[in-house]
Amino acid sequence: MLKVSGVHTFYGAIEALKGVDIEIASGEIVSLIGANGAGKSTLLMTICGNPRARMGRVLFEGEDITGLPTYEIVRRGIAQSPEGRRIFPRMSVLENLQMGSITAKPGSFANELERVLTLFPRLKERIGQRAGTMSGGEQQMLAIGRALMSQPRLLLLDEPSLGLAPLVVKQIFQAVKDINREQKMTVFMVEQNAFHALKLAHRGYVMVNGKVTMSGTGAELLANEEVRTAYLEGGH
Amino acid sequence: MTALSVSSPRSIAWPAILKEAAITAFVALLLTVPLVGLRTVDRPTGLGLETRWAEVAAAVGLVFLGRLGLCLIRDGQPTVVLVLAAAATAAGFLIQMPTEALRVILIAGGAIIAIRAAIAIRTGRSKLSQAERDQRMDRIAAKVQHASRWLGPIAVVVALAFPMTPLADRQLLDIGILLLTYIMLGWGLNIVVGLAGLLDLGYVAFYAVGAYSYALLAHYFGLSFWVCLPLAGLLAAGSGVLLGFPVLRLRGDYFAIVTLGFGEIIRIILVNWYQFTGGPNGISGIPRPSFFGVADFVRSPPEGTLAFHEMFGLEFSPLHRIVFLYYLILVLALVVNVFTLRIRKLPLGRAWEALREDDIACASLGINRTNMKLAAFAIAAMFGGFAGSFFATRQGFISPESFTFIESAIILAIVVLGGMGSQIGVVVATLLVIGLPEAFRELADYRMLAFGMGMVLIMLWRPRGLLAHRDPTILLYGRNGKGAGGAAAGTAAAGGQGIAGGRAK
Repeated sequence: MLKVSGVHTFYGAIEALKGVDIEIASGEIVSLIGANGAGKSTLLMTICGNPRARMGRVLFEGEDITGLPTYEIVRRGIAQSPEGRRIFPRMSVLENLQMGSITAKPGSFANELERVLTLFPRLKERIGQRAGTMSGGEQQMLAIGRALMSQPRLLLLDEPSLGLAPLVVKQIFQAVKDINREQKMTVFMVEQNAFHALKLAHRGYVMVNGKVTMSGTGAELLANEEVRTAYLEGGH
Repeated sequence: MTALSVSSPRSIAWPAILKEAAITAFVALLLTVPLVGLRTVDRPTGLGLETRWAEVAAAVGLVFLGRLGLCLIRDGQPTVVLVLAAAATAAGFLIQMPTEALRVILIAGGAIIAIRAAIAIRTGRSKLSQAERDQRMDRIAAKVQHASRWLGPIAVVVALAFPMTPLADRQLLDIGILLLTYIMLGWGLNIVVGLAGLLDLGYVAFYAVGAYSYALLAHYFGLSFWVCLPLAGLLAAGSGVLLGFPVLRLRGDYFAIVTLGFGEIIRIILVNWYQFTGGPNGISGIPRPSFFGVADFVRSPPEGTLAFHEMFGLEFSPLHRIVFLYYLILVLALVVNVFTLRIRKLPLGRAWEALREDDIACASLGINRTNMKLAAFAIAAMFGGFAGSFFATRQGFISPESFTFIESAIILAIVVLGGMGSQIGVVVATLLVIGLPEAFRELADYRMLAFGMGMVLIMLWRPRGLLAHRDPTILLYGRNGKGAGGAAAGTAAAGGQGIAGGRAK
C-alpha cells in the first residue's frame, strides 16, 4: 500500500533521514519506534509531503506521491493525526470533526460521525464543548477521530500516547486496534512507548539516527535483546 | 492582595497607604510632564514651548486622591470612598472647572472609583481576581453575542429609520456615514484577521485601490459610480491576490511586516506617479453618485436629465444626497456582514477559522492553505475596494493623505478591540474608536490622549477584545445541549451535506 524507498530528507543542511526504506501492506498495523530525534516524526511528515524528500520515492498504492503538496496527498486517502494533537482549540468537538471530513466524499458525514462517536463515546458526551477545554486524552481521541472523518485508507498516528496517563494510553491503543480490525484500516504509527506500540503492531521498525536499523513482526522485536535494552528496560 | 475581605474593618495603615498613593502620584507626574505639561506652539519666531504646570499639578493631585480611595476600599472603608467619589463626580458636573480636561478626568475617575466602591460593598471584596473577572466578562460577552440575534435586527431598523427622524441633521448624518464606513472596513478586515487569523497591517492599501480605481476611471473615462463600484471591487481583489501570492507563505510577524510594506508601497506609488494620479495633490472633482444612474442630486439638472427631487416630486434639499449616501454605505456594510455570517457556516469560512486555530493541522486535513488564505485576502480586499470607492464618491476629493498607515492601524484596532471574529464587537469598537474622538471634540488637545488611554484600559480589562466569545456554528443536540443521541442525525447530516457539498478546494 505504502512504499518508502531510499528517502533522504533534509532540514537545511542537516540530514534527518538517511535513506529510509519502509513498506506497509494493506490492513496492517505497523509501528515505528526509536529514540528522541531519531527521525520518526520526520518520516511521517515526509510521507505527507512537508518537508519533501530530497532523494528517494514515496509510493502510495502504486502512485508516486513524493513531490505532491500535502493537501493532494491527504486527498488520496492518507490521514494524519499530527504530533501534539493539534486540534482546533476554540472550535467545538463537532466542528473539529466536521473539519476532518472536509475532503471526504459528499454525504459521508453522518455515517462517519456515527462511527467515530461509537468508537470514542467520550466525544459524544463532549460534542458541543470547546475542544481546547478537554483533557489530553480526549483531545487525542478527537485528533484520531478527526483524521478518521476523511475516510482514509491509511491512518498515520504521530505519538498518540504523548503525555497521557497509562490508563488513557491503553484506551487509545485499544481504539487503534478496533479501527484496524473492524474497518480494515491500515495504520502506521510512530511511538516512543515501544512496549505498547510493538505489542499492538503486526510489524515494527526501529529507527536510529535517521536510518532503519531493524525490522520484524511486533513479537519478534519485543523479544529482541537489543530492542529490550535500548527501548524497554526501565519500564513501560 | 487580590480578594481581601472587607467584612471586618481593620485599622487603617495610613503610612503605607500614603506611601503607595505618593508612588502612584510620582508615576503620574513622570507621565504627565511630557504628555500634558509641555506643548509646542507656533510662534512668529519659530517653534515655541508652552508649559501647563497647573494641569499637571491637578492631574497628579487627582491621581493621588484616586489611589488613596482605592487603598481605602481595600482596607475596608468602601462606604466613605463611595460617598466621596460620588461627590467628586457630582462636583465635576456642577462646578465650573478651569479646563474641560480636568472635568472629564474628575467625572470619569470619580465614577470608576465609585463603581469600585459599590462593588466592594456589594460583594464584600475589594477586587476580583483576574480569572473571576475574565469569567464574568466572558459571560457578558456570551450574553451580548446571544442578544445580537435580536439586537442586530433592531440596530439595523434603527439605522434604517435614523435619517427619517427629525434628529438627522447634516452633522449627525455625516458622523453616521463615517461610522458606517469604518464598520464596513472593520467587517471586511475581520475576514482576514478575525476569521483567517492573518495579521494584515496594510488593509488601507485596498481601500486606496478602490478609491483611486473609481476616481481615475471617472476622471479618464467618465465612467459612472455604478459601473465603477464593481470594477473597484475587482481591482482591489486583484491587488489582494497579487499581494497574496508571494506573501502567504509567510507567517505571523513576518506576514504582518510585508503587508505593512505593501500598504506603504501603494501610498508611495500614489504620491509619486504624478502624471497619472495627481501625486500629493490628489484628484478633485470626483463625480457624486447618481440615484442608480437614473437621476442626479442637483437643483437644476442639465437638459435631458432628471433630478432626484423632480422624479419623486419633492422640494430640492441638499440633504437628499447625504441621506442617499448614508443608505448606500449602510447597505454595503450589511452586505459584508451578511456575507461573513453566512460564510462562517460554509466549508470555506470554517476552513478559515481552522486556519486561525491551527495552520499545520489544516494542512494535515487536506486543506489547501494557500488558496484558502488567498480567498480570504481577495474577498476582504474586494470589500475594502467597495468602501474605498464609496469614500471617493462621498468626498469628491481624494489624495494619498487619506490612506496612511494610521488608517490601517485604526481599522485593525477596531477589529482587535471588538474581539477578533466578532461581528457585533466591530460595531461596538467602531462606536468607541471613531465615535469617542468625535464625542471628545470638546477636549480639543486632549482628544487623542483620552482616546489612547481608553484603548489601554480596554486592553487591560479585556485582553482578548471586548466581545471575544465564539459560539459554535453547528450544534448536534439543539441549542441547550439536551436531547438524546438519536436526535443527532438530522442536524449532523445537514451540516455534513453543507460541508461535503461545498468541498473546499
